[in-house]
Amino acid sequence: MTILEFLLLHSPALIVATPLLSAFLLPLVSRIHPKVRDIFALVMLGVTSCFVGLLASDVLSNGPRIYVFGAQDLNVPVVRILFEIDAMGIFMAIITMMLAGIAVIYSWSFLHQQDGLDKYYTLLLLVVTSALGMELTGDLFNFFVFLEISCIASCALIAFWVTEGESLEAALKYIVVSSIAALFVLFAIGVFYGQYDALNIASLASLLQFTFLDKIAFVILLVSLGLKAGLAPMHMWLPDSYGRAPPSVVLIIMTATLASFYGILRVVFTLYGNVLTTSLRFSLPAHVIVGWVLVLLAIVSILIGVIMALVQTDLLRLIGYAAVAEIGYMMLAVGTSIAALGAPYATVALQGGLLHIFNDALDIGLLFLIAGAIYYATKKRSLDEIGGLARSMKFTTIFFIVGMLAVSGMPPLNGFVSKFLIYESVFQLNPLLSIIALLGSILLLAVFVKVLYAAFFGPELPSLTGVKEAPRSMVLAMGFLAACAIVIGLFPNLLIDTLVQPAAGALLDHARYISMVMGGL
Amino acid sequence: MIEYLPFLVVVAMILIGLYAVLFRRNLIKLVFGISIIESGINLFLIILGYRDEGVAPIFTSLPSGTMYPEGMVLPVPQALTLTSIVIGVAVLALMLSLVMHIYRKYGTLDVQKIRRLKE
Amino acid sequence: MSEMTKIVKTTANILFPFTMIFGLYVIAHGHLTPGGGFQGGAIVVSGCALLLVAYGSSWVFDRIKDKRLVTFESMGAIGFIMLAFLGLVFSAVFFGNFLAGSGTLFGTTPATGSTLADFNTGGILPLMNFAVGLKVIAGLFVIVLVMAYASSAKEWG
Repeated sequence: MTILEFLLLHSPALIVATPLLSAFLLPLVSRIHPKVRDIFALVMLGVTSCFVGLLASDVLSNGPRIYVFGAQDLNVPVVRILFEIDAMGIFMAIITMMLAGIAVIYSWSFLHQQDGLDKYYTLLLLVVTSALGMELTGDLFNFFVFLEISCIASCALIAFWVTEGESLEAALKYIVVSSIAALFVLFAIGVFYGQYDALNIASLASLLQFTFLDKIAFVILLVSLGLKAGLAPMHMWLPDSYGRAPPSVVLIIMTATLASFYGILRVVFTLYGNVLTTSLRFSLPAHVIVGWVLVLLAIVSILIGVIMALVQTDLLRLIGYAAVAEIGYMMLAVGTSIAALGAPYATVALQGGLLHIFNDALDIGLLFLIAGAIYYATKKRSLDEIGGLARSMKFTTIFFIVGMLAVSGMPPLNGFVSKFLIYESVFQLNPLLSIIALLGSILLLAVFVKVLYAAFFGPELPSLTGVKEAPRSMVLAMGFLAACAIVIGLFPNLLIDTLVQPAAGALLDHARYISMVMGGL
Repeated sequence: MIEYLPFLVVVAMILIGLYAVLFRRNLIKLVFGISIIESGINLFLIILGYRDEGVAPIFTSLPSGTMYPEGMVLPVPQALTLTSIVIGVAVLALMLSLVMHIYRKYGTLDVQKIRRLKE
Repeated sequence: MSEMTKIVKTTANILFPFTMIFGLYVIAHGHLTPGGGFQGGAIVVSGCALLLVAYGSSWVFDRIKDKRLVTFESMGAIGFIMLAFLGLVFSAVFFGNFLAGSGTLFGTTPATGSTLADFNTGGILPLMNFAVGLKVIAGLFVIVLVMAYASSAKEWG
């Protein structure tokens, strides 16, 4: 077979193996010259993106694919680890590669000439490996292993500035909370194995009978993965970690957070897909109860995120709270589509939620990069101490205005498209929820207008003379994200028709996912 | 009731570990708590594989007369436990390094004195 | 950490080779008896930690450069992934066991039923055990060494 067919056939394994191999080659490569190490990291991420693109073109046209490790064929009962890739997994992989590439380009200048950059790039590639592994795997224990790898590598990256005490405290909080959450995920996996003697997602989905132990495992999985995804009231680690890590690291931690959010989607829609319509207490089907619980948690996230962002003075922490609010919007859309499973507006809600994952990665990432540029230029974190930066940092100001309008959902930017889909579908579930969501957006706009006036407009402070524009690679990274936001806002159908609709369809079509492995038995 | 004793031990270990994480002020005791929770979860995984009158699943040293594969305990949970132990070692090393850095920076290990990120 | 008395040092000198040999035995026989890469590596590192406690961390840190240990660790990990890629090349699936039953290195097929264990079986499993063992030895030893040195009087200040 040709080279291209060979690469396409083995691309699931190569997507995870390439960043892993380059993470371990990096200490050896960096002995040559530091510049070689920077270029090597970006080239390897580029190679992985080519594999992701190749696999995406196949999965989006031919349906889900399986890759078995260690053997050619698949016997039932399934004992081998396998990767099962459908349109949803490849959609999340595309988001991961985009964030990782932007983070590497940004950190060329942001962390220039700092100590310990070998380990920084190694850990960055390990987090990318683990996020891609979480999104492509079809085996629950494999998912747990990749989840733990992402926890450990992200924690070490959060504590990158070890001389500041607050970074260490944020990293300690992150690792304590994340390791307890991951241990409870392992407990739930043990409960599944003890009952059904299977660890594969598709096998478990076909064997699941929704006993009492299964319900306990469901709650444990939702709470633990929700904790890793930043859902209130389990969000306490998120503003600390996002506010104290170097901003390029925040983009990398966001890939891990979004991969955990993908884990929630996979558990609810695919693993429990066959049993969501069983009837529980008060003769309500299970999906109505689960959906309404997720919707309530999402409303709490939006309100907490927005209200706490109003009172912050530390810029990075403020954007961290805005990130909590955006995760609330994603979960609101997903909860609506679960609560109304089967209705036509449920599909629209799911598409809005998935598009919002993509837009949130772009917009919140852009805002964090801008805050990093401000920190790089002025060395100050607090809004009280900066002002009048629009004169010397023109590009940064323009990008901030784009990011601010995108996050709060103003047309013609990308946030408007996804938030409009969310408002429209949530309104049909309950109008009050839609009003609260709209109010949250308006308050978020108010928060960022306050930041705009405090940081960029206003008189120039005497302590900030001599502030220059951010270096070229940082401006390039921010400009790319802002350009994507504008393009997706003007031509949303490019993204929705090619990526989001197949992803939502693949997520709702759990029977096809299961039959790829169980093979019509 | 006696056959449920291992599961009760698992629950007791998890509760003791959670008590140490939530209510103790010394950072080293917090690390101990996480280590105890992890040991409890590993014990739970190994218990899942037990079969009555089973022998260790080493293929080349079965005692004579043992039925294969019904006379052996399940080997898959042992592999899962091993992976979990390795992950636990890595997390423990990371947490202890962070605690050492915090001690060097602040001079104390009391949780309430090192908190700076409040609101 | 400061060094200990002559009695402790002599005992550590005697125990250290036995610990290393036992650890390497556990790594090498991972496909026949309980053991394997991580377990044997942890045993070897406990021997090295014994040496660290007996001789003092400053003495050991001056003689072993941690950069060399980082290189060993990378080589172990690269060896593991290269074996997986060789599986891709020779038997058309990632992590495929291309040496099992092939009659070359580690290639004998084991007899069925419970018999005497043959070391020459297992395919690429013993090779992967060696790679993982090397990585675990180097990685855990670096962690223990840096932690001990960082808390010694010279560094802490």
